[in-house]
Amino acid sequence: MPSLGADMEAGTITQWLVKPGDHVHRSDIVAVVETEKSTIEVEIFEDGIIDELLVHEGEKVPVGAALARVTTQTAGAAPGQPITVPLERAPAVTPVIGPEDRGTAPSPVTGPVPAALPVPLAASPPLVVSPIVRHLAERLGVDLSTLHGSGLGGTVTRADVEQAAPPARLEASRREPATGERGIRSSPFARRLAAELGVDVSALRGSGPGGAIIGSDVRRAASHPTAEPTLAVAPTMSPASSTAAENRQAAMRLAIAALMARSKREIPHYYLSTTIDLSAASTWLEQANLERPVTTRLVMAALLVKATALAAKHVPEMNGFMIDGAFASSEAVHVGVAISLRTGGVIAPAVHNVDRLSLDELMAGLKDLVRRARAGVLRSSEMSDSTLTVTNLGDLGVDEVFGVIYPPQVAMVGFGRPTERPWVHNRTLGVHPCVTVTLSADHRVSDGHRGARFLGRIDHLLQEPERL
Amino acid sequence: MTNDEARQLIRTVLHQVAPEADLDGVAPGETLQEALDLDSMDFLNFVTGLHEATGLEIPERDYGRLSTAEGCVAYLASSGPRVG
Repeated sequence: MPSLGADMEAGTITQWLVKPGDHVHRSDIVAVVETEKSTIEVEIFEDGIIDELLVHEGEKVPVGAALARVTTQTAGAAPGQPITVPLERAPAVTPVIGPEDRGTAPSPVTGPVPAALPVPLAASPPLVVSPIVRHLAERLGVDLSTLHGSGLGGTVTRADVEQAAPPARLEASRREPATGERGIRSSPFARRLAAELGVDVSALRGSGPGGAIIGSDVRRAASHPTAEPTLAVAPTMSPASSTAAENRQAAMRLAIAALMARSKREIPHYYLSTTIDLSAASTWLEQANLERPVTTRLVMAALLVKATALAAKHVPEMNGFMIDGAFASSEAVHVGVAISLRTGGVIAPAVHNVDRLSLDELMAGLKDLVRRARAGVLRSSEMSDSTLTVTNLGDLGVDEVFGVIYPPQVAMVGFGRPTERPWVHNRTLGVHPCVTVTLSADHRVSDGHRGARFLGRIDHLLQEPERL
Repeated sequence: MTNDEARQLIRTVLHQVAPEADLDGVAPGETLQEALDLDSMDFLNFVTGLHEATGLEIPERDYGRLSTAEGCVAYLASSGPRVG
């Protein structure tokens, strides 16, 4: 069970998307895991063959428990004698390396000299497609036989299928709610609600897109229970179900409490703040959006996040992990974006390699991330590898945010609400759009001087938005 | 587009953006962003959803007219001829 966020202690496998014997490829989604906070699609980090599933659907296991055995190609073995490695611990097959494991994970498995894999992967003419990819192709209406696989041994990958799919179809499929219990399409929110209210999803008729069961269907069913003679119809929510909801809320609150208490106990925070003139950025943004259709319009948050990522490249003490008292800066900048859940709590999934994304790519990534976080479906890699977090509580109307650092990260950047303020520019008092940015940083890693440089850099970058 | 159709469309799109948002719980005149706790990204996703369903361009300067449910209904209903 990967650590999907530093505050996660256990997760429930709600669905396996692979079975023993299946070929899997790096970043294929192999399972769906439900945590206190969200439904998360677990990606595998290595090519290989699923050997054995060790955890049943519906089973809850602690972080670190092995989920499956996978025979990897890099681990190499003579045919017939596959090396089997639990999904956790061995980096070669870890579906996700949680921040907690970073640096402490054992060195990669160095098995016998890599040998040729048992036939299937190498076989070229019979097209090799993983079940997930086949399923995806079916959904997107892509004819697999027309594809040229870019994966190992000509294997057709998820990316190949997505590339071949008609864009509209692809977009639509991304908007579809996840398929829950087999054959029943239901949103993760609906499933969770159903569990809380004790409603059997399989007995419902969905009113959502494509007949999917949505939250209101569940609520309706809960408020008008089917009158079965054996069933004592409770006029209100039964004590048992309300307890389940309270338990989940309480568990999430506890998880956040434990992580934040650890942060405050272990990390000597220091705080800096500065107010940035957003005139240039606002003007540029307005102009850029005039020429853009709704679908590709940008929001200020994208500029703020991009500027933060670029600044982190300049001041590496803000970007990385503190593990066992030693700081390891990260080459990549994966920005965690704090997203509050309306059901309570907050999660901070990552947008990867923000420093290398164009504003358009970043914007698309952010939109997608927010949408999926709200819908309750995130991927394992997004939940575990932020190197720096940005919180943008501006929309709630506060001027400044003094964040608490997510261990083992070492900095948190907060943006308040962009507002118009009196501002002196070139010795002239005017009204400018401004935002106050704050930095909470780890004093074990950096001092205020470096922190100030970091904020200064963000300011500087936002004055030349066209270069972001 | 009739007012009823517009309201139904708003409900559908809102559901995609914020599955737990309940349009019926929003008081008349209340802004959607405030009442349903939508941030600017959610709101853009909402506008994008309306655009995709109707084909309307919805320039940024019109966002103010979409701030309330009634505003949205009026906006969509008045843009009838372009809806297809």
